Amino acid sequence: MDEEVDGAARWPDQIFGHLKRVRVRQVGYVPDAGHSRLIRRCIEDPEMRDVVLTSEEEGVGLACGAALAGQRTALLMQSSGIGNCINTFSLLKNCGFSCLVLVTMRGEFAEFNPWQVPMAAITEECLRLCGFVVARADYESDVDQVVGAACDMAFDGQTPVAVLLSQRLIGRKVWDDSEGKGE
Amino acid sequence: MKQVRPALNRREVVRQMLRDRADLMVIAGLGAPAYDLAAAGDHPLNFYLWGAMGSAAMMGLGLALACPQLRVLVVTGDGEMLMGLGSLATIGVKQPRNLSILVLDNRRYGETGMQASHTEWGIDLAGIARASRFAATRTISNLSELDEAYSLLRQTDGPVFVQAIVESEAVPRVLPTRDGNEIRLRFAQAVAKIAR
Repeated sequence: MDEEVDGAARWPDQIFGHLKRVRVRQVGYVPDAGHSRLIRRCIEDPEMRDVVLTSEEEGVGLACGAALAGQRTALLMQSSGIGNCINTFSLLKNCGFSCLVLVTMRGEFAEFNPWQVPMAAITEECLRLCGFVVARADYESDVDQVVGAACDMAFDGQTPVAVLLSQRLIGRKVWDDSEGKGE
Repeated sequence: MKQVRPALNRREVVRQMLRDRADLMVIAGLGAPAYDLAAAGDHPLNFYLWGAMGSAAMMGLGLALACPQLRVLVVTGDGEMLMGLGSLATIGVKQPRNLSILVLDNRRYGETGMQASHTEWGIDLAGIARASRFAATRTISNLSELDEAYSLLRQTDGPVFVQAIVESEAVPRVLPTRDGNEIRLRFAQAVAKIAR
């Protein structure tokens, strides 16, 4: 699937390629527009177990449980989800678990919903305080290298790493009243 | 809400459920359940949580999905389970056949001074598990029910949820190591030996 499908951007496929390359076997996520293509690819992959979560902090326990059996996990969430995870991230520090979190940013570039802004503004700092190395991809051309490096650091380097995928990269949220859907 | 019903000794329940444990992998929620697990006998396949309240069931799920050929037992308390209620729905979606959860329900927050938890007010954890599509759910409060609980938790296709009504009196603390790195490494090495 190297070609664009339905005019979709290729960066989710580049991320998927890295998850495959480093043998990620479990993917925890809360449904998300920005990650929708990546989530779909993970669901379709017979080697990956996709685990849809009710709240993002469940993913931290999932990843640590999988790691006890030597399995690698990626967590996909929005910036608001980082706030939900904070106490649970203590598992990483206390036990030396690694973690890879791919964060789609809301509440920054051209955000229409001010309620997303406060958490977005502290996401990066929260992650650092929780012991993560944080990298950021602002443009599509950044994604392949940044996510590839993050995967290697998280799993070979045993270091919790988060990649912030900027709202500029994902595209501003288009509010379509005809769909009648929320986030 | 006054509840007049029989209750089990929590140490006895855990000891019985771990009988002939062999390759059974156990995740214990923080507080009394971790001490109960330690009291039943330390083991490389014991993971004792000392924090991250609400995470025990999800650690069990990650482990169960990674090791489908081995049984995973989560032993936790009513307060810890209440903090991770969403994980019951998440487990219900994945339907792991090798995952069992034992909640030792004393209707109290033992570590903080025995304040009432939601189960004291009749909130039905086994009912929530049943509604979350657990394959087998049971609430037990009598010694005569321990054999059935054992068979459910150890041998029945999951996800299984057993809520054991236990006495609320505090029992002596048996403290496992607090070194999370040691607990993780020891567990991971033991799993690697079995799985390879």
